[in-house]
Amino acid sequence: MKFLRKFFDSIHPQFVEGGKLERFYPLYEAIDTFLFTPSDKTKGPTHVRDGMDLKRVMIMVVVALTPCILMAMYNTGLQANLAIESLVSSESISAEDVAGWRADCVRALGLGFSPNNPIACFVHGALFFLPVFLVTQIAGGFWEVLFASIRKHDINEGFLVTGMLFPLTLPPSIPLWQVALGISFGVVIGKEVFGGTGKNFLNPALTARAFLYFAYPGQMSGDKVWVGLPSLPSHIDGFSAATPLGEVANPANTLGMEAVTNHLSWNDAFLGFMPGSMGETSTLACLLGAIILIATGIGSWRIMLSVLLGALLSAKGFNMINSATTPMFAMPPEWHIVLGGLAFGLVFMATDPVSAAMTQKGQWVYGLLIGVLTTLVRVINPGYPEGIMLAILLGNVFAPTIDYWVVQANINRRLKRSAA
Amino acid sequence: MVQEHLSILFSSVFSENLALSFFLGMCTFLALSKNVKTAMMLGVAVIVVQGITVPVNNLIFTYFLKKGALVWISPSFADTNLEFLGLISYIGTIAAMVQILELFLDRYVPALYNTLGIFLPLITVNCAILGGSLLMVEKQMTFAHSLNYGFSSGLGWAVAITALAGVREKLKYNDIPAGLRGLGITFITVGLMAMAFLAFAGIKL
Repeated sequence: MKFLRKFFDSIHPQFVEGGKLERFYPLYEAIDTFLFTPSDKTKGPTHVRDGMDLKRVMIMVVVALTPCILMAMYNTGLQANLAIESLVSSESISAEDVAGWRADCVRALGLGFSPNNPIACFVHGALFFLPVFLVTQIAGGFWEVLFASIRKHDINEGFLVTGMLFPLTLPPSIPLWQVALGISFGVVIGKEVFGGTGKNFLNPALTARAFLYFAYPGQMSGDKVWVGLPSLPSHIDGFSAATPLGEVANPANTLGMEAVTNHLSWNDAFLGFMPGSMGETSTLACLLGAIILIATGIGSWRIMLSVLLGALLSAKGFNMINSATTPMFAMPPEWHIVLGGLAFGLVFMATDPVSAAMTQKGQWVYGLLIGVLTTLVRVINPGYPEGIMLAILLGNVFAPTIDYWVVQANINRRLKRSAA
Repeated sequence: MVQEHLSILFSSVFSENLALSFFLGMCTFLALSKNVKTAMMLGVAVIVVQGITVPVNNLIFTYFLKKGALVWISPSFADTNLEFLGLISYIGTIAAMVQILELFLDRYVPALYNTLGIFLPLITVNCAILGGSLLMVEKQMTFAHSLNYGFSSGLGWAVAITALAGVREKLKYNDIPAGLRGLGITFITVGLMAMAFLAFAGIKL
């Protein structure tokens, strides 16, 4: 470590004003403060009661995301291996047909494609998740550094979180160039044009995902995208595995909820063993994340609770209406929670402190709005099987107005009090 | 019956929002959304004017312009079709209604008149208002539906401009890149808001 510190000190003069590499100061500063605690101290008297700064907040979010990331890798591999198993057992392909660099890596490690071997699943899944993750970090990081260098602001850990949330919301089969395009849109249009970290009004990761969703629906929705598969012989054109939400919402579905319950138990759905976006499937992992976020005071429990309440109550309401034509009406509230991205969205996306409502009363309204909208879109919008992404974006759009009303109400109350 | 009205209310506030899915009334939408208070005032003015002009234009269309509408004067008008006079009659009605409303408010509700101020005459030229009437004609609404549509499409526009004003107030002190300050960033904001409003696209009650 001493050696590194000396190295940084020796190159420091190059980056300060007047130095040769002045332009790249933000990059130097970011790497330096990422590795070492800066020695800068606040001058003069301060009101700081806690050392909770942006860096610590963001790193805690990354810690809270760890269960989701591990689950994402395991489940992606599990779903891929299950798909391979079913293709082999139906004799559409033989195990030797599985090709591509991922298959080569798995074989080089001597692991095979058995869905019963957790390590094989984990490694196979990691081979899907990591490329998406790396592309996100590289493409998003490029824009981050570019804007920081030109606009002379610091690079901070904010992007680290965006760059972790975004890959977790993507289906495993997504082409990598779309990942790069999506995160570029999210970082540039969603955040940097508004002035950078902390200045955006929409969640950048969700902006990126929504952009991809509307620009490339073929790779972001439907039945064929939720299982990542290695290269297969050309007579296999993808593997069809709908998300449970998609199965129930399917217009051809005549079984209602049984379309899901006959092959997926609630426990498996809670643990996350089902096809879906990589990080969203496991409600358990999201719950662990939620505990970390609430315990450290980073995520707002008010938002999490109110989204949950909004979703549960409105799902219950839809149960009572019970339309014969739309099976989604009959989905019980406890299934709404474990299927799709509701849990992931409510823990990690809705609580984003920048784009969420700031006032405490406002957070209740904001959360309820998101919860109700999520089930509303899931149940009555035939266009989208999942609603949490757009519900949170809409929540973000209305959050400043909600805050405005709460603040105005406070002002009016105090005016009345002082007048009396 | 009730369901039809609910459906009109929901679709014109959310899924067919005049501002965020048809992009109507953009000039006032962008120019007067700098703070929430003004935006809400303007929203109220639009609701009132839209709520009056759309039903009135519905009557004009049904009893004067539509093919065969004039039979109530004489059966010999059964083939007369005055629909080509649509645009000029609607905009004339809108201008006249706004003027009458202004005189009325000035005389009887001066407080409201003063708060609405310049916005009332201004929305005469708001294309959301004309657009509302034209869409009403295109959808062949009955009088009762047009009453509902006028109110709820105005409400949708008011919701949209209030939300935009909220966001713009939040963005007020942001260090936005020089080339995008002002209208540039507002256009991007409106685009992103419209993307979020796509949540409602396709919902039929």
